[in-house]
Amino acid sequence: MILGQSSSSRIVSHAVLVTGAIIMAFPFLWMILASLTPQSEIFDGSLLPTPTLHGAIDNYGTALSAIPLLRFMANGFVVCLAILVLQIAIAIPCGYALAKLSFPGRPILLVGVLLGLLVPVQIPTIPIYIALAKSGLLDSYAALVLPWIISVFAIFLFRQFFVTFPDEVLDAARLDGFSELSIAWRIMLPAAWPAVVSFSIFSIVAHWNDLYWPMVVITNPDMMTASLGIAYFRQAGEGAGNVGALMAGGVLVTAPLVSFFLLMQKHFIRGLVLGRH
Amino acid sequence: MAALDLHIDDIGKRFGAIDVLRGICLRVAAGEFVTLLGPSGCGKSTLLRIIAGLERADQGHVRAGGRGLDAVAPKDRDLAFVFQSYALYPHLSVHDNIAAPLVMRELSSLERLPVIGALLPGAIQRKRSIQERVRQTSGLLKLDALLERRPSALSGGQRQRVALGRAMVRKPKIFLMDEPLANLDAALRIHTRGEIARLHKEMETTTIFVTHDQAEAAALSDRVAVIFGGELRQVAAPADLYREPVDLDVARFLAQPFLNELAVAAPIGGALMIGGSRIIIRDALGSGLAGTLAFRPEHATLAEKDHPGALPVRVTRIEHAGIDAHVFVDAEAGAQFVARISAERARSLRDGDNLGLTIDAEQAWFFPSNGSRQRGDHSGAA
Repeated sequence: MILGQSSSSRIVSHAVLVTGAIIMAFPFLWMILASLTPQSEIFDGSLLPTPTLHGAIDNYGTALSAIPLLRFMANGFVVCLAILVLQIAIAIPCGYALAKLSFPGRPILLVGVLLGLLVPVQIPTIPIYIALAKSGLLDSYAALVLPWIISVFAIFLFRQFFVTFPDEVLDAARLDGFSELSIAWRIMLPAAWPAVVSFSIFSIVAHWNDLYWPMVVITNPDMMTASLGIAYFRQAGEGAGNVGALMAGGVLVTAPLVSFFLLMQKHFIRGLVLGRH
Repeated sequence: MAALDLHIDDIGKRFGAIDVLRGICLRVAAGEFVTLLGPSGCGKSTLLRIIAGLERADQGHVRAGGRGLDAVAPKDRDLAFVFQSYALYPHLSVHDNIAAPLVMRELSSLERLPVIGALLPGAIQRKRSIQERVRQTSGLLKLDALLERRPSALSGGQRQRVALGRAMVRKPKIFLMDEPLANLDAALRIHTRGEIARLHKEMETTTIFVTHDQAEAAALSDRVAVIFGGELRQVAAPADLYREPVDLDVARFLAQPFLNELAVAAPIGGALMIGGSRIIIRDALGSGLAGTLAFRPEHATLAEKDHPGALPVRVTRIEHAGIDAHVFVDAEAGAQFVARISAERARSLRDGDNLGLTIDAEQAWFFPSNGSRQRGDHSGAA
């Protein structure tokens, strides 16, 4: 009677999951509703704000006009894309070399990669900041992008993926006239596509939402990314204290990520269960 | 198409403390089909990989058509390799798999790009010529209907043909095949064996074929090179190898499926003493060492118990195999033999029958305990 037994336990587990989902989703729901409600009515004592058309126009109008929100989002888009492209451009050949080429020092390099995974970004912040300052790169895209282009996580992820790739295919490729770099790009990259997609999601989410690093290297509002822009909006200018407009900004900044995730959801989950088949 | 000869000189290879190959010398004539035959782990695949340049030899040289290959990259050696696992590119269609060696060799990295490539002068003609050759090859291998498929959607036999096609398409001077039939089922293996023989006849490309299956080696090759424990023991045409194995390992490996062996004392006066009777064989008996007398089941005859000179034996088991039967017998000293007789005659035998076993001395071999067999006067060519 496995089915009968599980129907009661299934109700319990669904109840737990639904509760968890409500707790997770509630702030987003509140954010969306607050972004549509006039400033004066948001904190009127009810659990959820009541949207009005007038409130919506007001809030989104303020969010888009008081600060250059579209500019912030464009900055974030450029930075995320540049980081992702460079991360993959570096991590694919590195992962391939660590997985499939034998050269002196390979085990030590691999240990270095693993150790790199353990170092939080806060630790090298000051030296990197000083280096960027001395090379005059503060307040630029380079300051936002360059510190991230070597991702040990990506190198390790791709290396793990490549290790199981059959060596005979690589030998065949070498005989067919592929160079080691063209093996990395033309054979390993397509084979690792699910890993690339899930890494891309991790990378884009992390850097789109990153507040810490832009805060360290950016002071010029023109160079701000979306998260930093919202934080700036909260503290300065017309936005200060305007919760509805702040929530409208939050909705606009979150929307690209959520729609990106919905588009890639299938790949993302496939990438996560990668090791299982 | 011009084929190349291949010279392998004194190749040695160590993996750690293990000598995988020792002093291998082999000359393969242009257009010849040579099989490397040996048990698994004997080093035959390593030798093939050294010829291809996928593995570096610790000593010795490989030359093709007089050109030293030791410092030449695998892709510049003008040879093609067919792998046991087929090693197809999983993300490319059958067409693109076969085209890959041409695309990588004949198009520059710019010309390979999808849109820009088409705009470059000359690229279109070259791409068309590549497509033409892929179609020729796929026609030859009956792959036309499968060109758009991915390898994962093919059967084992189809993948094998794609792997052959990818190797053939650029018309290499030398073919290397590493157990290409091992992953096929029995019927398909024999069919594909015939296909490979036919293709070799048509193209006359020098071919080195690695296998552990003696039937495959015998069916395909001009000559067979037998490798044991990293040493080349014998190189001979299949028929000569079967008739004149050079040592006991080779004789045992080529037994199909049984070999009779009998430990004998040092020969006296040019004859061996077996069960009280003298046997004179054609092998030179050398320096008077003890050794092993070996003969095939078809060279043993079952006679009456009291036949003069026959070894008294008792039947223990009869295995029918089509037109022939293998009769297993026990001799007095605990020795066991197999005789191959016609199935018709075997029907009159029963387990426990007492018979006499005679050996066709002309066909028996004597392997001295210290190594190779010494051939007598009337041995065949090797």
